[in-house]
Amino acid sequence: MPAMTSWFTYLGFPFELAWTVATVIDILVIALPVMLAVAMIIYADRKIWAAMALRRGPNVVGPLGLLQSFADGLKVFLQETIVPSGANKGLFLLAPIITFTVALIVWAVVPFQAGVALSNINVGLLYVLAASSLGVYGIILAGWSSNSKYPFYSAIRAAAQMVSYEVSIGFVLISVVLWAGTFNLGTIVEAQKGYYGFVNGNFVNPLLFPMAIVFFISSLAETQRAPFDLTEAESELVAGYQTEYSSMAFALYWLGEYANVILMCALNATLFWGGYLPPFDWAPLYAVPGILWLFAKMLFFFFCFSWVKATVPRYRYDQLMRLGWKIFLPLSLLFVFLVSGYLMLTRVGVPA
Amino acid sequence: MIQLLAFYLFATIVCVSGAATILSRNPVHSVLWLILAFFNAAGLMVLVGAEFIAMLLVIVYVGAVAVLFLFVVMMLDIDFTELRAGVMKYAAVGLLLALALVAEIIVAVGAWSAGTLALGRRVAPVADGVPNIEAIGALLYTRYLFVFEGAGLVLLVAMIGAIVLTYRKRSDVRPQNIARQNARRAKDATRNMNPAVGQGMEL
Repeated sequence: MPAMTSWFTYLGFPFELAWTVATVIDILVIALPVMLAVAMIIYADRKIWAAMALRRGPNVVGPLGLLQSFADGLKVFLQETIVPSGANKGLFLLAPIITFTVALIVWAVVPFQAGVALSNINVGLLYVLAASSLGVYGIILAGWSSNSKYPFYSAIRAAAQMVSYEVSIGFVLISVVLWAGTFNLGTIVEAQKGYYGFVNGNFVNPLLFPMAIVFFISSLAETQRAPFDLTEAESELVAGYQTEYSSMAFALYWLGEYANVILMCALNATLFWGGYLPPFDWAPLYAVPGILWLFAKMLFFFFCFSWVKATVPRYRYDQLMRLGWKIFLPLSLLFVFLVSGYLMLTRVGVPA
Repeated sequence: MIQLLAFYLFATIVCVSGAATILSRNPVHSVLWLILAFFNAAGLMVLVGAEFIAMLLVIVYVGAVAVLFLFVVMMLDIDFTELRAGVMKYAAVGLLLALALVAEIIVAVGAWSAGTLALGRRVAPVADGVPNIEAIGALLYTRYLFVFEGAGLVLLVAMIGAIVLTYRKRSDVRPQNIARQNARRAKDATRNMNPAVGQGMEL
């Protein structure tokens, strides 16, 4: 990022213009592949479910059905956007835009390689928390502005669910931050180097491994994936908060949801599984570019997301809330306590 | 230059959305304008270099407090005619408050051109290059430790108080025993009687 800015200034641009152009290009370099990845990941999702249900999945459009998502996108694009007459028009159209934007802005701080992130800020993880707490609005507004009962129920459910699981996610993140001693995502990744001399990743740390599991399950709940997809429980709520949506507005929800899923995979990989570091601290492995390791880990987590969706039945809503508040919250609080206690003993020392 | 543009952008949006918060007819719109104002205030704080406070503002106010506001307002049974009827009743008090605010703004602008305040000495100057999370942490856990812990205790008491005030034991519902539900297996719930042909089933 600074390299591109200095290249543009070298071309004779004034600094401000160079910075602006470089930033816009960087944003596009991240956002466009994310959207492409969303299309391909939807295809992968359907293929994985199909394989687990002994079906063939999408196989008609393009070779092996690879172009299925693009065909769906084109279909959605050509449809008419219907706004219900009783809906609050402005908010109804704003809601999907919020969801989609929030799904994209978090990518600004994800480190793709050593020192490569759009914005390497030292409150990176807080930024992630802040942005993910904004995600609720896209859903509440959709439910409320639709002026329809089922979407509203669904929006209330979704908001309660996301707020509840954000609490435990917050504590999980705090234990990682305590261990790494920083909020900067790049430094958090670097701090995972060389456990026991050869493993890269917080997951081998017995104090952080349970947190990795809690974070994975919470990220399923946070993105409203199965088994926590009560907001879209079609047997109870039609299609959830997006019932009244059609055409591009619907597509934005679709893209936003999957962009969030990919983002959660990236966060799982970055916080607990070594991010862009190779799995083992062995010199030849560093010859492979870090971004490929990150992608491999993200794909692995995405496979786990699909796997869960294909195999685990849906939770009951009271069980969902019980899991969040009565199990994850005390558990993550306990581990914040344990991690900070261990660090007091080993790194800081106990003054008399 | 970029900072200047960003400042004017954020500041304008804060002012406009603040005005829209009190001017919009629909309470839900008011809350949304308020959220926009919070958000841009966070942007202003980033420009000042207080990125930690900015993130906290977004996480706490936008992510938690405003969601509660929104919930409450959405559940309200709003009667617009009644809302408008109240305007005249509170007009006198409102006018008084507005006058006080205007006076304060005038005094503040006047004081700004009068030069800096000698009393505005920093208690704990921060060295250059220290991220402000670390600076705040170091202050909170050393100099202001007791005040900080006291604030934490007050919050704890408030939390317990809220639970005590709203908790009521209900006798007309059957509580669920989750452990028993999880421990129940198919063989506890079903029996295969395997009746012969023509024979009924006695339970």
